[in-house]
Amino acid sequence: MDKFEPVIVAFCCHYCAYTAADMAGTQRVQYPPSVKVIRVPCAGKVDAIHIMKALEKGADGVMVGGCLEGDCHFREGNTRAAKRVDYVRKLLDDIGFEGERVEMFTASAGMGERFGQIATEFTEKILLLGPNPVKTATSEAAQRAAS
Amino acid sequence: MITAERKPMEELIAYLRPFRRILLLGCNECVTVCAAGGRKEVGLLSSALQMRFAKEGKPIEIEEITLERQCDPEYVEELVSRIDQADAVMSMACGCGIQEVARRFQDKPVFPAVNTTFMGASERQGVWAERCQGCGNCVLGVTAGVCPIARCSKQLLNGPCGGSTKGKCEVDPDIDCAWQLIWDRLKALGMTEQYEENIPAKDWRTGRGGGPRKIVREDLA
Repeated sequence: MDKFEPVIVAFCCHYCAYTAADMAGTQRVQYPPSVKVIRVPCAGKVDAIHIMKALEKGADGVMVGGCLEGDCHFREGNTRAAKRVDYVRKLLDDIGFEGERVEMFTASAGMGERFGQIATEFTEKILLLGPNPVKTATSEAAQRAAS
Repeated sequence: MITAERKPMEELIAYLRPFRRILLLGCNECVTVCAAGGRKEVGLLSSALQMRFAKEGKPIEIEEITLERQCDPEYVEELVSRIDQADAVMSMACGCGIQEVARRFQDKPVFPAVNTTFMGASERQGVWAERCQGCGNCVLGVTAGVCPIARCSKQLLNGPCGGSTKGKCEVDPDIDCAWQLIWDRLKALGMTEQYEENIPAKDWRTGRGGGPRKIVREDLA
């Protein structure tokens, strides 16, 4: 079997987590290339459907990055995002997926080191969980059809 | 609005297991407002179901359609061109919408994706509470705009009962005593003499006691 290289989608708030990722780059902090950052205007913009679609299309994990508690530019976007992440985790558990494939984190704009650390730890967790079961099942079905 | 909640995933999965092509319906009215069965919830459920069945190695196809109003035949008619592409229909509308789809498409299995719950109002973002039971003979005019049928656990017409403590119901401390609310509002309105009026026993034939109900407006029918 090919070496598992996870695809992790990280929805990051423009005001903090995205800037933290940018800071990680500026600081030359190493973190796995599996983490693909998508900038959003606020973590509160991230809806359950965005997370589910990412997983349905084959992402192995999804991170949602918002501002530190009490620091949301739009007051409570980060706490709303955290509730949605909880909702999706439960939904994933209900359909027999690992809810841990989705995680919320917070970081301020200056926390480049922290971003790198979170990205690395989450990637390690996804490596342990293995590939998204949707992807595995789809490729197995394709192999069966080809043979 | 009519409120509803999504059914447990396992129940929905069991309904759909024998089928491969599913038409998943939402409704743009009440269930959209109570975040149970609008376009967004249809998308979410569609994703969840497709992921689940893909994981089982039995992928299904789901077409998502959210009708303007599923309880009106005019809108349900829009499904005519799509229905033949589906083996089964799952609807996230209230029970009225689901039944309308089932009535129109007699040869198609139709499954509910939500439990239709009550007629209610939004108390705040994400919280809905029961307000009306459709008793067919509204008493709000003599109960200060607070319904004792829907909001008193005992449906008392002359309350409160002895279970009312500090404005809360003995059934659950989260439930406001409807009769306390009525009294408070009568006082605020300066209409406490209204409370002295004895409300006679209710004729339930206007409610469900008379069997399924129908409204016929001769000028419109």
